Amino acid sequence: MSDTALRHRLAERGVDRQLLLLVPGLACVLALFVYPFAYGIGLSFQPASGGVLGAYRAFFTDAYQRDTIATTLGLALPAAILNVAASVPIAYLMRGRFRGKRFLTTILVVPITLGTVLTAEGLLNYLGPTGWFNRALMSIGVIDEPVRLTNNYWGVFFSLVITGFPFAFLLILSYLSGIDPTLERAAATLGAGRWQRFSRITLPLLAPGLATTFCLTFVLAFSVFPSAVLVGDPAGSTRVVSIAAYHAAYEAYDYPLGSAIAVIMGVVELVVVAVVLGLRSLFYTGSTGGKG
Amino acid sequence: MSDFAELRLDGVRRRFGGRDALTGLSLTIRRGEFIALLGPSGCGKSTALNCLAGLLPLSEGSIWQDETRLDTVPPERRGFGMVFQNYALFPHLSVRRNVSFGLQMRRLPRDEVRRRTDEAIKLVRLEEHAAKLPGQLSGGQQQRVAIARAIVLEPALVLMDEPLSNLDAKLRLEMRTEIRRLHQSLGLTTVYVTHDQEEALSLADRLVVLRDGRVEQIGTPQELHNRPANRHVADFMGYRNLLPMKVKAVHGATVTVDGAGLTLDGTAVGDVAPGDDVVAGIRPEDLLAGEHGVPVTVEVVEYQGREFAVEARTGEGVALHLRALERPAVGERITVTAAPSRVLVFAS
Repeated sequence: MSDTALRHRLAERGVDRQLLLLVPGLACVLALFVYPFAYGIGLSFQPASGGVLGAYRAFFTDAYQRDTIATTLGLALPAAILNVAASVPIAYLMRGRFRGKRFLTTILVVPITLGTVLTAEGLLNYLGPTGWFNRALMSIGVIDEPVRLTNNYWGVFFSLVITGFPFAFLLILSYLSGIDPTLERAAATLGAGRWQRFSRITLPLLAPGLATTFCLTFVLAFSVFPSAVLVGDPAGSTRVVSIAAYHAAYEAYDYPLGSAIAVIMGVVELVVVAVVLGLRSLFYTGSTGGKG
Repeated sequence: MSDFAELRLDGVRRRFGGRDALTGLSLTIRRGEFIALLGPSGCGKSTALNCLAGLLPLSEGSIWQDETRLDTVPPERRGFGMVFQNYALFPHLSVRRNVSFGLQMRRLPRDEVRRRTDEAIKLVRLEEHAAKLPGQLSGGQQQRVAIARAIVLEPALVLMDEPLSNLDAKLRLEMRTEIRRLHQSLGLTTVYVTHDQEEALSLADRLVVLRDGRVEQIGTPQELHNRPANRHVADFMGYRNLLPMKVKAVHGATVTVDGAGLTLDGTAVGDVAPGDDVVAGIRPEDLLAGEHGVPVTVEVVEYQGREFAVEARTGEGVALHLRALERPAVGERITVTAAPSRVLVFAS
C-alpha cells in the first residue's frame, strides 16, 4: 500500500522506470568524458617537482609558454569576429527565396567537409610563394617578389576563416530565418528605411544568436592545431596553446605540464565565452516570432 | 502627405509566378471612408492591401493620392499605418517603444514623441502595460498595441489585415466596436481586409467583394446584403440556399423557375430568358414554414438561441436550409415557401 503511494509520489516528480533509459548515455559520458577529464585535472596537480601548482607555475613563469595564450587569442578572436561579421550580411541577403539559393549555400558550406589538412594543402598551393595568387600578382606587376601568406600568422588565419565561416554562416542563417519577416515590413510601414529596419529591428533580435555563434566559432578556432603546424610557423608566430600542450605531453613526456596547459586552455575559453554570454544577456533573448 | 481628398486605385494588377493574384482592381477611396475588402482566402484581398501599403510592387496599374502617384513610392515614405494579422509587434521593444517607433523614425522632437505616444497608449487603454514587452500581453492587448502603433502617426490611411482573426469570439466583438469607434472619433480612412462577412457588413461604409483576384461587386453593406450582383456574392452574403434551376417563364422582373422537382417565383438579377440555366438564391431566414409550398423532410436541427437552424430535404433530394422558431422533430414532414421578392434568380 505505502509502497504504491511512494511510487506514485516519485512518478509525479519524474522518477520512474523510464529513467533507466538514461543509463547507457550516462555511462558513456562518465567513462569517455568525465573520468578522463577529471584524471587530466588530477594529473595537472601532480608534477614531478614544484608541489601541487608546480606545473602551472612552470607554464606561467616561462614567457615562451605563457605567450602562447596571447598568440592563440590573437588568432582566434579576429578569426571568430571576421567569421561572424562576414556571415551577417551574406546571410541577411540570402534570407529570402531566390533562384540558385541552394547552389550558393552549398558552395559556402562545402569547406566544412574538407577538413583542415586538405584546406592547408590548398592554401599552400594557392597562397604559397610559387602559388597562383603570387604568380598572378607578379605577372601583372603589382608586386616584385612573392607576398608571404603561408607558414606564418596569415596562413593560419586564412585556414581558420575558411573552416570557421561555414559554421558561422549556417548558424546565422538559421537564426535569421527564425525572425518573423513581417517585423521588418511593419517597420517599413512605420517609416523605417532599409538600414533602420536592419539596425533597429533585425540586428537586436539577431544579437543573442550572434553571441552564441561567436562563442562556437571562437572555441573552434582557439583549439586550432593542424593548420597551425601545416600552414603556420609552429615554432614562432603561430605557436598556439595546443602546440605547447602537445610538446609538453608527447615530446617532453611531461604529462602533468601537458594536462595543466590543457586546463589553462579550457579556462581561457570559458572566460571568453562567459564574457560574451554575459553581454548576450543584456539583449532581448525571447521569441522572435519566426518559425524558430 | 497626410491630408488628401481621395485615393485612387486604377487597374491594379499583381501577378505571382505567372498567375494573377489580383487583377483589374479600380477603386476610389474617399477621405474618412471605411472600406472592407471581403472574400475567401486566396481571393487577393491581402495582396491588394500589401500593394496599397507598398510592401508588394504592382505588376500593372497605378495608385494615386489625389494627383500624386503613389505606387512608385516605397512603403516607408507612404505614411500609411498598417495593422498586421499576427500584429508584428517588435518583441524586443516595450509597448511604449513599439508605439513610439514610427514617431522616432520621423525624428520628431522628444516632447512631441512622448506626448503623442502617451495619447495613443491612453486611447487604447494600455497605460498600465506601457512598460511591458509584447510577449507579456494577452492577444487582445497585443492587438490594441498594434492599433496604437499604426494610428499614432495620424496616417492618411490605416490598413488592417484580418486584425481580429486571432481573437476569441467575445473579444472579437469588443474589438470590432473599438475599431469602428476609433475610426469615427479620429476621422481615419480605413481599408480593412476580412473573410468574415458579418465583420465587413458591420464595420464598413463600403464593401469590395473579391473572388479569384477579381472584383465581384462594390457597394454599401445594404446594397450587397439585399441585392448581391451574382451567385458568388450571394453565397458570401448568407444566401445559403443556392439552387441550380431553369427559367420557365418571365413576367417583367418576376421569373418562374423550376428544377429538381421545385417550382419557385423569384426576382431576376440581370438578364434571364426562358430556358436559361440559373441559380436561385434564398436566405435561410426567408424560407418559411407554411400551409402551401414545397414538402420537405427535416434532417438536422441546430439550436441557435432565438431560433433553430434546420436542414431539410425535398423528395428529389435537394437540401434546403431554413429557420424555425420552434424545434421541429427530425424526420417530420413540413412545407416551406418563400416570398418571390426574397428569391433572387442569378444568371449562371
